[in-house]
Amino acid sequence: MADYEMTIGIECHVQLATKTKLFSPADNDARDAAPNSKTHPIDFGLPGMLPILNKEAVNLAIKAGKALNAKVANVSRFDRKHYFYPDLPNGYQITQMYMPTILSGSVEVPLENDSSMTVRIHHAHIEADAGKLTHYADYSLVDLNRAGTPLIEIVSEPDMHSPAEARAYATELYRLMTFAGITHGDLYHGNMRFDVNLSVAKKGSEELGTRTETKNLNSFRSVEKAAEYEFKRQVALLEKGERVVQETRGWDDAKGKTSSQRSKEDAQDYRYMPDADIPPIVLTDQQIADIHADLPKLPPQYRKEWGDLGVDKSVINSILANQQYAELVSAVLASGGKKAAKRVANWIASSLNIDDMSDETKNADVADLLALCEMTEKSEITSNAASELFNDLMSGATDPRKLAEERNLLQVSDEGAVAAIVDEVLADPASQKAIEDIKAGNDKAIGFLVGQIMKKSQGKANPAMAQKMIRERL
Amino acid sequence: MPTISDLQSNTARQNVEDAIKKAKENDDYHALLSITEKRALERADAVDSGEVTGRLAGIPFVVKDNYLAYGAPTTAAARILENFNAPLQATAVEKLEAEGAICIGKANLDAFAHGGSTENSAFGPTKNAIDPTKVAGGSSGGSAVVTALDIVPFALGSDTGGSIRQPASFNGVYGIKPTYGMVSRYGVVAMASSTDVMGCFTKTVEDAELVMSVMAGRDEKDMTTLADYFHSTEAEGTYKIGVVKETLTNDVDESVRKVTNEYVQKLKQAGHTVEEVSLPLVKFSLAMYYIIVPAEVSSNLARYDGVRFGRRAENVKTLAELYGRSRDEGFVTENKRRIMIGSYVLSSGYFDAYYLKAQKARTLLIQQFDELFKQYDFLLTPTAPTPAFGMGENVEDPIKMYLSDAMTVPANLTGMPAMSIPAGVSPDGLPIGVQLVAPRKDDAKMLAFAKSVGGVV
Repeated sequence: MADYEMTIGIECHVQLATKTKLFSPADNDARDAAPNSKTHPIDFGLPGMLPILNKEAVNLAIKAGKALNAKVANVSRFDRKHYFYPDLPNGYQITQMYMPTILSGSVEVPLENDSSMTVRIHHAHIEADAGKLTHYADYSLVDLNRAGTPLIEIVSEPDMHSPAEARAYATELYRLMTFAGITHGDLYHGNMRFDVNLSVAKKGSEELGTRTETKNLNSFRSVEKAAEYEFKRQVALLEKGERVVQETRGWDDAKGKTSSQRSKEDAQDYRYMPDADIPPIVLTDQQIADIHADLPKLPPQYRKEWGDLGVDKSVINSILANQQYAELVSAVLASGGKKAAKRVANWIASSLNIDDMSDETKNADVADLLALCEMTEKSEITSNAASELFNDLMSGATDPRKLAEERNLLQVSDEGAVAAIVDEVLADPASQKAIEDIKAGNDKAIGFLVGQIMKKSQGKANPAMAQKMIRERL
Repeated sequence: MPTISDLQSNTARQNVEDAIKKAKENDDYHALLSITEKRALERADAVDSGEVTGRLAGIPFVVKDNYLAYGAPTTAAARILENFNAPLQATAVEKLEAEGAICIGKANLDAFAHGGSTENSAFGPTKNAIDPTKVAGGSSGGSAVVTALDIVPFALGSDTGGSIRQPASFNGVYGIKPTYGMVSRYGVVAMASSTDVMGCFTKTVEDAELVMSVMAGRDEKDMTTLADYFHSTEAEGTYKIGVVKETLTNDVDESVRKVTNEYVQKLKQAGHTVEEVSLPLVKFSLAMYYIIVPAEVSSNLARYDGVRFGRRAENVKTLAELYGRSRDEGFVTENKRRIMIGSYVLSSGYFDAYYLKAQKARTLLIQQFDELFKQYDFLLTPTAPTPAFGMGENVEDPIKMYLSDAMTVPANLTGMPAMSIPAGVSPDGLPIGVQLVAPRKDDAKMLAFAKSVGGVV
């Protein structure tokens, strides 16, 4: 295994967040809808029907171009890709074979070890999705709800060389596409699907090996796992002296295996031709710039903005899984400064389940968060209490000081009250060993005494004050 | 010869009943595939009650059976659509109905409009209106014949390579092919997306102007339609006309050359300047056409698979068999021929050599026309190289059949408006038309000019 290197390129289908389909007025949101209920005669490919290009889809593609650091074509065009299958009503898919809207670009991908890599984008094209077939014993049913759903397919260069890089690229694409508002990013419903092209070759070899394409992966984890599996499988074949067959493979998530679906010998001739029903998309530089100006802040900008907050990159990337949290940190930074932003960033990363996409959207008032930061800063509450209050604020609660008072979370910083507890603890026979240790130079033992004070005060004594008093008295 | 204005004084019911009666009397011509009697009478009553009004109130018309329209199946004269009832109507039909026109039936055509004689109809050929032993021309043969027989004052056709103009010439009526994009293609069974246009047959230019003015205009449902520009007008002064010499060679029937020359004389007598011009690329236009159009045909016919609508083969066991047999049984030989040619020229390895090269040649052809139109208002050619030929005469020889489109296809490849004007008759009494071609968007000017010169109907 160690003698081999893998080369990975990824094609990613992104479902665009438009109201209607790419070429028909039918509803684009077919989740949980009755079969064929979200269709228009255009989606059925009835005789005489003509495509009507959805301008919103084109705008989203133009935005995606910016998110991919790509040049947007001044002239792009649609083509027909022909094949017969019951999920493809016209007998052709409308796509962009010859003149795609999004030209070459690049994505800066953050990696685990705080480094990053550049994955080049070959191009990205707009296309219409096909429908869905459900197979039964002796018949199949066609559902065209998804037929005509607008997609962009982002085609990367083969720049990745490990499953972790592939996963990191897929994850960063997800962040870029959701932040830019290109897609709803509902992975469960296939809003983003990844095809992993992978080949292996001996390290140092000039030539790439024969590649396979593992299609329709719908999670970052499955991208990583499928790449791991394919690498091992292909190396094992080569080690046995066999060859890798160029083919399309499927991924079984439960078994953690890829399996052959279609080999190159069965490849179809798609007879691509320009679609004369759809005039070319012609865009001036100004039009492109105007649409790009509408884009919200994207992950690379946030990373730059938060560069000197002093938080771990892993914290930043976990916040960037959710645009709303990213916006919140930036809002705190803008009105409360770096220290507050750092606190909020760490709270988000440590106390919210960011990856849980089904979670109801959480948000808090910035002024309340700043008040909470101040209370923490002044040690008016413990860090545990701060975390608890943060969660409450994110779930809709307001006024953290009032909450802290109601729950008796405010620390006792009244010197007299704390001093009484300190004296009581120091007089306790159980404390004498620790006192001797401290006097003998073992400073760690002070923690034990502070702990006793906190216990006696039911967690409300200001620990910093207590410590200071212990030192004064010993 | 009742024109639109002649019929406007009658009740709609009388017009519709007369038209349907006449259609039934002329059943032998097999010009109509269906008569939409029930719906036509209902609409006639709506017009007579004042519920529906408009510029064509109570005027009966016929549509080629590749227009989606209510009242009868839309078959495109092919088995695969024999039971297809359209859930919506073509924009052109909707616009005519909005002005009170009443569709009384659906006209025969070559299946999927593939052909130049209407002999390729899966439901049997249409006979020529003047000589029933001759073909009607095609592919809009049925629409030409119902107009020539005075069943209706106008009928709709579609023109992909001459399918309106050639049958107009064969039956002695006007046939109008507008600029590509002037009339919406929405709701018309597509043949070739880049050359299909919707037009009409009439007995007078005035009627054609009225019908085209109703059908014309931007349609949000067809992205290739142009912004509204058609406004009927009158000819002013004299014009410069180029006669394309490549269309008057010795291959062209003598009677056709004679009628064309007579028309030229008529133009000259009216004070117009007529000069011989050359369009060297015209002789390659059939070659371009029979690459580009079959390519688009093979693509546009891919949706007829027996899965979602139309006729499905019975007793099939596999998906491949369902596709293969439904398409085999549902298409006629000429459909299959064009699907095969089209699939071939689009195949990987052949695309550049055939399809792309043909498209490049098409660009050159357009440039050659544009160049001539800098000096001439219109170009003149015969509409077809011969008068109507005999039934069955060209059926076994597709190339000979294709040659009858030689003069009409350039206007489709270039998107330019053109019309066939009934200009004379052969020694056998068969009608002969001449073709006017105008620069893109000069449709109204072309019609005004033809109106001022007149024809021989």
